[in-house]
Amino acid sequence: MMNANKKRLRRTMMFLNAQKPSLIKDPYIYKPDSIMLDLEDAVAENQKDAARFSLYHALQEIDYRGCERVVRINGLDSPYWKEDIRCSVAGGCDAIRIPKTERAEDVKLVEAEVIAAEKEFNIPEGRTLIMAAIESARGVMRSLDICESSERLFGIALSGGDYTKDLQTHITGTGLELMGARQNMIIAARAAGVQCFDTVYTNLDDMEGFRKDVETIHLMGFDGKSIINPRQISIVHEIFTPSQKDIIFAEKVVKEIDEKKALGIGVFTVDGKMIDIAFYDGAKRTIDLAKASGVYKGDL
Amino acid sequence: MEITRPAVAGTLESSDCQVTVEPGEGAVEFHLESAVINQFGNQIKKVVMETLKNLEVDNVKLTMVDKGALDCTIKARVEGAIFRSACQIENLPWGGAIK
Amino acid sequence: MINAVGRDIPEEILQITGKEVFQGNHYRDGYTYKKDGPMTKCVVNNTDSKLVENIHEVLVKCGIKDGMTLGFHHHFREGDYIVNMVMEEVHKMGIKDITICASSLGKAHDPIVPYIEDGTITNIQSSGVRGKIGQAISEGKLKGLAIMRSHGGRVRAIESGETRIDIAFIGAPTCDDYGNCRGIGGKSDCGVLSYAMVDGDYADKVVAITDCLVPFPNFPAHISMTKVDYVVVVDAIGDPKKIATGAAKPTTDMRKLMMADYCTQFVVNTPYFKDGFSYQTGVGGASIASTISLAKIMKERNIRMRFGVGGLTKPMCDLLINGQVDCLLDTQDFDLAAVESVKNLKHFRISAGEYADPFNKGAVVNKLDFVILAALEVDVNFNCNVVVGSDGVITGAQGGHPDTAAGAKCTIVIAPLLQGRIPAICSEVTTVTTPGESIDVVITDYGIAINPKRQDLIECMKDVDLPFKTIEELRDIAYSIVGEPEKVQFTDKVVGIIEARDGTIMDVVRQIKPFDFADAEETEA
Repeated sequence: MMNANKKRLRRTMMFLNAQKPSLIKDPYIYKPDSIMLDLEDAVAENQKDAARFSLYHALQEIDYRGCERVVRINGLDSPYWKEDIRCSVAGGCDAIRIPKTERAEDVKLVEAEVIAAEKEFNIPEGRTLIMAAIESARGVMRSLDICESSERLFGIALSGGDYTKDLQTHITGTGLELMGARQNMIIAARAAGVQCFDTVYTNLDDMEGFRKDVETIHLMGFDGKSIINPRQISIVHEIFTPSQKDIIFAEKVVKEIDEKKALGIGVFTVDGKMIDIAFYDGAKRTIDLAKASGVYKGDL
Repeated sequence: MEITRPAVAGTLESSDCQVTVEPGEGAVEFHLESAVINQFGNQIKKVVMETLKNLEVDNVKLTMVDKGALDCTIKARVEGAIFRSACQIENLPWGGAIK
Repeated sequence: MINAVGRDIPEEILQITGKEVFQGNHYRDGYTYKKDGPMTKCVVNNTDSKLVENIHEVLVKCGIKDGMTLGFHHHFREGDYIVNMVMEEVHKMGIKDITICASSLGKAHDPIVPYIEDGTITNIQSSGVRGKIGQAISEGKLKGLAIMRSHGGRVRAIESGETRIDIAFIGAPTCDDYGNCRGIGGKSDCGVLSYAMVDGDYADKVVAITDCLVPFPNFPAHISMTKVDYVVVVDAIGDPKKIATGAAKPTTDMRKLMMADYCTQFVVNTPYFKDGFSYQTGVGGASIASTISLAKIMKERNIRMRFGVGGLTKPMCDLLINGQVDCLLDTQDFDLAAVESVKNLKHFRISAGEYADPFNKGAVVNKLDFVILAALEVDVNFNCNVVVGSDGVITGAQGGHPDTAAGAKCTIVIAPLLQGRIPAICSEVTTVTTPGESIDVVITDYGIAINPKRQDLIECMKDVDLPFKTIEELRDIAYSIVGEPEKVQFTDKVVGIIEARDGTIMDVVRQIKPFDFADAEETEA
């Protein structure tokens, strides 16, 4: 089983309270790559039931115009998560986000419920992907296990608030306290071949700080960032937009490899650089990013 | 479903609606207050009645205060109130009676 | 009779009003007429005082009687005390059949509703009404027809003699004992007195009401002593907190910012955006945000604005402070920054007539390149409604909307596609207040539609990266999300008319009817 959406572009994943009609009715106009409909922290304890109905019908009836629809379920330590999964899968969500993931077994537990739900609601097997949010020191240390726990898992995401509490520090705005987790997680994700997403930046008055934060995680290799407000989207997309120089180079690489492969040539040079098949995925990703950012006008 | 105790779901925020259900007097009794009643009153009533029919509720007093909710929200709030009234929060009939 | 925007105006209304139906923006271009003039009582002696003890005395001196028309201005906005103060006294005196001719009426004037109900007030002419007066008119409580006319249209009606004001009341932030009025200073500083200037020129009796009497001469006067019969000093003419508010914080609502950005991108890609252009915008969050982002681009490209017009707010006045505009032409001030800016030598006060009257020898609006407006509804023919709310009740004002829209070379309307469940873009607006021929572009959060009659604009936007759609596409998107709205139900009774700038009839407003479910009617039948 390989879900074609597993590697889709996810630069921005916008958090929305699944219980708030005014928020979930048309977030697509801001063009985030993914929206994350939250059943967990954003929903008050006494509204957990109501939120599911709101979520189910939103998933069923609102045309999110290509935005990926991820649902954050309640924690595996809560009484809600199994019904959350039934509701989300029945509604036809694209992915389930597991909060507070600490071990591979957490993912497997969720996977089993997802499989059961897909069967129950006649959803094609494998349609519902999974992502794991890592919110603790233990989770960070087990990142690789978590990344390799399920074929459905497309990525892991750092949840900085809870993680820094666990570390007995707090979000400082400098990124210092997140350095180890970010490094650990991106390495684990790349080793396992899945995506890696950074935590939210909550100070909406400091757009410059946000920009610096995104620049950092972009350079570290992250695939995208969780966001809490549509004003943050354009900044992330701008930073993740490849330069014209990179695009031109990537285009040459893709074209050359396609051509040389047919001729049976494995190693060659583009603009004086040694190129082989290992460059292919990266170059493709650059072109995809350029297309998504609306700056690619070529024919690939 | 039988409505045996009152229950409320939804809020009075913009784009939401608040639905109250109470035991009926032998039939469906529907009261609507909405800022968009002129444009969508009939549509709202239709959605409410269909949702009740799907849930096999035929004896209820339903009061709705609407703040411009879309159909999907109206269904969610009606279902929310009815399942709350029935105290059912698990094994819900997604895709069945809830559609 | 069907008019140029497709509205059927009942013959009966044409007969009662003696008006024609709207026949297009330029129907009366070149129209020739003799202006009306006020009946003037001369003051030759040098002994009499113009100061009068109170409102009651001044009404007596002015010869108040049944059936008179009283003029008011709305520079004090929702902080106005004048209308209520005068009408309360008129009511006490048992006067009936009064026509109120105001430049606008708002929620501040809710207290006059009982006077509508008891026949003290039987006619209202205003740019619009909000709050309980709107509700009362829409419920059919006003004996006569309400006339909604634009700021320019009001001046036209008065100057042409169609409306004759018997007594005008001018709330003056400062005034001397001989009637020289200024909009500046005092407790109720509103900056300018533009809308009241025509009242000063054409009303038979002119009463200045002030809460800040200053020594003679209160110069330079905005309304001169030569036009003022009496001066009344009262404790307060308005609530300063509601006259000019602190400057609104720039919006952080992404939806508005997005529309503002579309607007700015559109503006800078038109041929009109060049050194020396002119611009007017409203007070909505998106309009203000687009002024701010436009200022940035003007700076980057070294483009200056020749003049800005308003309805002014801080961002426009900032342009003057930062040397990005040569001058501002001002008819109204919405915040304290704008009131303060009036003191700037390049901030000019203009009258409502200079601003927008179609029946003079050319108004400022005709020289506008851009105007950025809002609307409650826009239909697929680009007709706008800014007066009647989604519940069918009169709840807004034309203001300068039809005037600026007709005058500007590029008229842009910004409206979020959905207001709650109500689509802003629809098949047919509830009431037409500004004709589609005046509207060039509609900007929504879901896309931008250019009026097909503006092929030149469509052509110059060909390679611009903005989400262009047809107006029908925008409507279809809206309907696909919220469903197709049913029309508001009205009775046959006409309660008001929407007057076009030139005095013809754009549309009528009917009495609202309580909602009934469709199936409820079936069971009754």
